[in-house]
Amino acid sequence: MQTGKASAFNTPRARFALRIPLPPSVTHYFGRKLFLFLLTIQGLGAFGLITLGVILTKFRVARHVVWPMVFQETARAGLRLLPMFLFMAAALGLLVIGQSVSWLTRVGAIQYLGTIMVIVVVRELGPLLAALLVLARIGTANVVELGTARATGEVEALEALGIDPIHYLVVPRVIGLALGVFSLTVYLIIGAVLSGYLWAFLQDVPLRPGDYFRQLTGALSGTDFALLALKTLAFGFIIALVSCYHGLAQPLRLEEVSSATVRAVAQSIIACVLLDALFIIIYLSA
Amino acid sequence: MEPPTAQTTGPVIRMEDVTVASMQDLSAVVAEAVDWTVNPGDFWVVAGLQGTGKSDLLMMTGGLMPPAAGHYWLFGEEMPVFEESRLALRLRLGLVFDGGQLFNHLTAWENIALPVRYHRNLTRADAATEVQPFLEAMELGPWADSTPSAIGRNWRKRVGLARALMLKPEVLLVDSPLAGLDPRHVNWWLSVLGELSKGHPLLGGRPLTLVVTTADARPWKSLARQFGVLKNRRFVVLGTWAELEAASEELLQERLPAETRAG
Repeated sequence: MQTGKASAFNTPRARFALRIPLPPSVTHYFGRKLFLFLLTIQGLGAFGLITLGVILTKFRVARHVVWPMVFQETARAGLRLLPMFLFMAAALGLLVIGQSVSWLTRVGAIQYLGTIMVIVVVRELGPLLAALLVLARIGTANVVELGTARATGEVEALEALGIDPIHYLVVPRVIGLALGVFSLTVYLIIGAVLSGYLWAFLQDVPLRPGDYFRQLTGALSGTDFALLALKTLAFGFIIALVSCYHGLAQPLRLEEVSSATVRAVAQSIIACVLLDALFIIIYLSA
Repeated sequence: MEPPTAQTTGPVIRMEDVTVASMQDLSAVVAEAVDWTVNPGDFWVVAGLQGTGKSDLLMMTGGLMPPAAGHYWLFGEEMPVFEESRLALRLRLGLVFDGGQLFNHLTAWENIALPVRYHRNLTRADAATEVQPFLEAMELGPWADSTPSAIGRNWRKRVGLARALMLKPEVLLVDSPLAGLDPRHVNWWLSVLGELSKGHPLLGGRPLTLVVTTADARPWKSLARQFGVLKNRRFVVLGTWAELEAASEELLQERLPAETRAG
């Protein structure tokens, strides 16, 4: 394997390409980007560990103040997004089933309809779509709220009153978003599976509900449930962490809030996709 | 309920050769070689024009940033005290911000109640009895259920004062309390701060040590007992009003309105 890989760069053309000197402006650009990327990873890692520490050590501190906020954030990142998610579930069912039914009937593989639903919706599209929708609706709001709070001195006011800003501002959002993404994914999957059958039914696919259900359960395993829970909680945690980090962790001026929001969205998406890739590796190796 | 060390005999605040950085940019220095002692019961006025770093000095004194150099002791303990275990010490000092710095997603009532609710884990109902006297004393009743953006600046500042007083501090730092206020509110602030300094019923009649900043020292002439001036990155302690007047005609000139200075 090693020699095979090495030989790919050992052709005369590749050797020539590798010898081309890059202009310093290009190397500096990528070097700077890499350095900033590493700094962000370091900052996010530290912020994540601090937040986890605060969740564990201050679990019972000021619970009459913080727990209602956790419920509020969970409702905001969960329950209140439900109508939009039911619409998305109907659309997702149509998307997956509408495309695959015509193809599967042509090759006579309609018994794989349930399996396709599980692979596409349960394992991949459901969690990722839920995470991206929650990022768009709640993650961005988080950055703007916390960025404004930071820029207008609310964070200093909290510190002056001896209130831990991480505990008061970040912890409810992290827990709320993690639970929100998890529960919305479950609803999204259930909705997509049901609407998938509906669309198949409307296209006159000869598939009885019992058979469809058996196909689904046959394709699902215990690992799916465990990894789904883990993955969606991790998505929510990461989105909340990245959005709170960009809103809160560095001093901000009001005019910088919008660029912080843009940064947070981009980094959240990258982080979620990287995490998703990690879970694919776990799936494949499990 | 009184903190065990309420009757401190030593100085409340002591600074030796302290360098004060700017809150906006920690590498920028706004004042150097600050030597300052605040004793219990003092009423200090720190005068300085806008941009001389009065707020930064106050924020540093309030423990929001460490001194860039030198030593600062609060109630005999060297600052900064960011550890959780020394929270009680930090809360003996209260800080009122210039613009109130209220929490925008909370109503005025919730702003005032937040510190006691958080530190003593109170429900809204439990906190209500404690908040009520503060709401009344600050004449904030009509604004209790409004969010800060719906409240005028004059009243926002009072919410900030009530919020800082809720934790019953022993020393209160007030950043530019009179800046941008109507004359009626100026008189209210002067009389309330005067009462707080002598011992207000809200704090159980215990005299409060006060430090206020201002761009114009004259309204404080009969009220404050100690004066200091921030100018050219130096903090000059001048003692009483008489000493302030005697010390420098030029310093006093700068406390006067712009048209006088221009002439």
